[in-house]
Amino acid sequence: MSRLEKIGDWFEQRLQIGGVVRDAMAHPVPRKSASWWYVFGSAALTLFILQVFTGIMLALIYIPSAADAWNSLQYLNHDVALGWFLRAVHGWGSEFMVAVVLIHLCQVFLFGAYKFPRELTWIIGVFLLLMTLGMAFTGQVLRFDQDAYWGLGIGASITSRVPFIGAYAVHMLLGGPIIAGATLSRFFALHVFLIPGLLIGLVSLHLLLVLKLGINEWPMPGRIVRRATYVKEYEELTHKDGVPFVPAAIWKDMFFSAAIVVSVMVCAWYFGPFGPTGYPDPTIIQTTPKPDFFFLWLYAMLALMPPEMETAALLIGPVVVIGFLVLLPFLSGEGEKSWRKRPVAVVTLLLIAVALGTFTKLATYSPWGPVMNGWSGDPVPVEFLNGRSPLERQGALVFQVKQCRNCHAIGGSGGKRGPELDRVATRLTRDQLVRQVIQGGGNMPAYGKNLNPAEVTALVSFLETLRPANQPAARDASQAVLTQEDQGHPPANTR
Amino acid sequence: MSDQEKNEISRRDMFAKIGIVLNGLAVAVLAVPVVGYLVSPILGGDRGQYKRWITLGELDEFPEGQTRLAKFRNPISRVGDGETDDTPCWVRRIQGEQFQVFAINCAHLGCPVRWFAQSGLFMCPCHGGVYYQDGSRASGPPPRGLFEYPYKVESGKLLIEAGQLPTLSTTASLREGKTGCQG
Repeated sequence: MSRLEKIGDWFEQRLQIGGVVRDAMAHPVPRKSASWWYVFGSAALTLFILQVFTGIMLALIYIPSAADAWNSLQYLNHDVALGWFLRAVHGWGSEFMVAVVLIHLCQVFLFGAYKFPRELTWIIGVFLLLMTLGMAFTGQVLRFDQDAYWGLGIGASITSRVPFIGAYAVHMLLGGPIIAGATLSRFFALHVFLIPGLLIGLVSLHLLLVLKLGINEWPMPGRIVRRATYVKEYEELTHKDGVPFVPAAIWKDMFFSAAIVVSVMVCAWYFGPFGPTGYPDPTIIQTTPKPDFFFLWLYAMLALMPPEMETAALLIGPVVVIGFLVLLPFLSGEGEKSWRKRPVAVVTLLLIAVALGTFTKLATYSPWGPVMNGWSGDPVPVEFLNGRSPLERQGALVFQVKQCRNCHAIGGSGGKRGPELDRVATRLTRDQLVRQVIQGGGNMPAYGKNLNPAEVTALVSFLETLRPANQPAARDASQAVLTQEDQGHPPANTR
Repeated sequence: MSDQEKNEISRRDMFAKIGIVLNGLAVAVLAVPVVGYLVSPILGGDRGQYKRWITLGELDEFPEGQTRLAKFRNPISRVGDGETDDTPCWVRRIQGEQFQVFAINCAHLGCPVRWFAQSGLFMCPCHGGVYYQDGSRASGPPPRGLFEYPYKVESGKLLIEAGQLPTLSTTASLREGKTGCQG
């Protein structure tokens, strides 16, 4: 017996875990489940370990104080050897972790793995997803910059909509009356102690359940899950056509995990760390706060939802979504596992993916927000001024100075909140333009109080020139009818 | 099993139960200060009353008919707050001693609104809320007008009552705003 084996034996005599480990390694998995589709869970675990490790590294330097956090991040970025790289790995690791956990959820859902007897594994998984998102949000707060500061304001504003206890909830969230040092300290405690602690506990439970209940078999159309027979069928499957987890399945997990870690490092090296953006001084109001990638869809939804349904959607929406996810294994705990036989499940997943993707895409250029420097940026392009009368040019000046371009694009630049005005004269008549400018409507503020009649006349004259030469100006059909009647002609039969 | 043995077991049983009760008591007693500590943001600062009268500046800093950005330091300030205690607000001097002092935070989700004097509008960069010069809602997602701080003029100085982040349930104003205060 070698010296190494002797040392091993010494520990084994006391710990007595060799058997458990050997059983876990050798536990049989269905041959078809040793597949590339089953690697996302282990990749999520690998990323979590990476996050814990890099997080501890960052905590060596980071100062969780509203006065110093931002400076300590700058110090990490610029002065600590490879501090920028560790920040980048932690930031990109979080993006990858959210993505991988979401993919894991979709795969488990499509493969029907949440059905009997793996309901609890799924429910714990739902909470693991929520905590992963919680880590992403609290982590964004610890990067204490302008986005973090105003993001907390958004969190507080959403919280304030809770009926009855809203004010108390806001003060509990912020740790006081305003966003300040106490706020950052409590988010630090959440991000570094509370949520990771819960994550470690629940991940262990999640893994234990996978070992106890066995990995989900590859779903076959027509192989129906029944509570009475499933366990026996699974046993047969794994014993007749099973392979030991090590090494038959684990090599794929290890290959994929390594690829993910390398991808994180490549992204970190190439794109660098996230921020910090501007210094978190609330009196610097020249800022356009935006959330991190995985909350962009929410940012878009909050802008585009009708205001009257917003509070209800914000407060009831999460309850419905989480409630549905938790109840899912009880609603369809038996039956078909294969996605080929579950069209509703597939369509639901696709719809959600398309909706979230669309909102995320919209959020990358936020068409609902005014461009705050639209008016002071690009001047009105020359082609819209050539050959115009002095009055019309005066109107162009009014158009520029009154911040119309914050919401309206012309010549391809300006805000996207209102319609582009390059061809507005083909859509609206003079009277309609005057009415729209003075009274507003359809999400446009009324400018009646801020424009004198001369300015309105000039502005509308300018707007009337905004049409391509080959397209006629909008005309009021009723005016034409009236004119014709005056001349004694019968009105044309227009549909 | 004799009666004596039965008794012994029940005595051990009883001690175990007493042990559970003792630990339960200890936890209950410990919970009082812990819960009190946790909810201190609600109970702290004069039982949730965080507001104080603070000076924004001399009256002549705010020309009549104009809306200007002012700053004040939050009345309650703690170690490590850094610049986060500095709070901006918009001061509109209508005429004489008639003012409107608006919170910087959009009534929608709290982003900082910006004043555009030329068009007489406040605009929010986040989700596109727009307000008129008197703070009333012009367009976009906000459910109400801008939050207003109560103000008073004393010995040539403008004072406002402030101290907490204004949201729909923790409004800046103690008065019922004319745009419908929900707090």
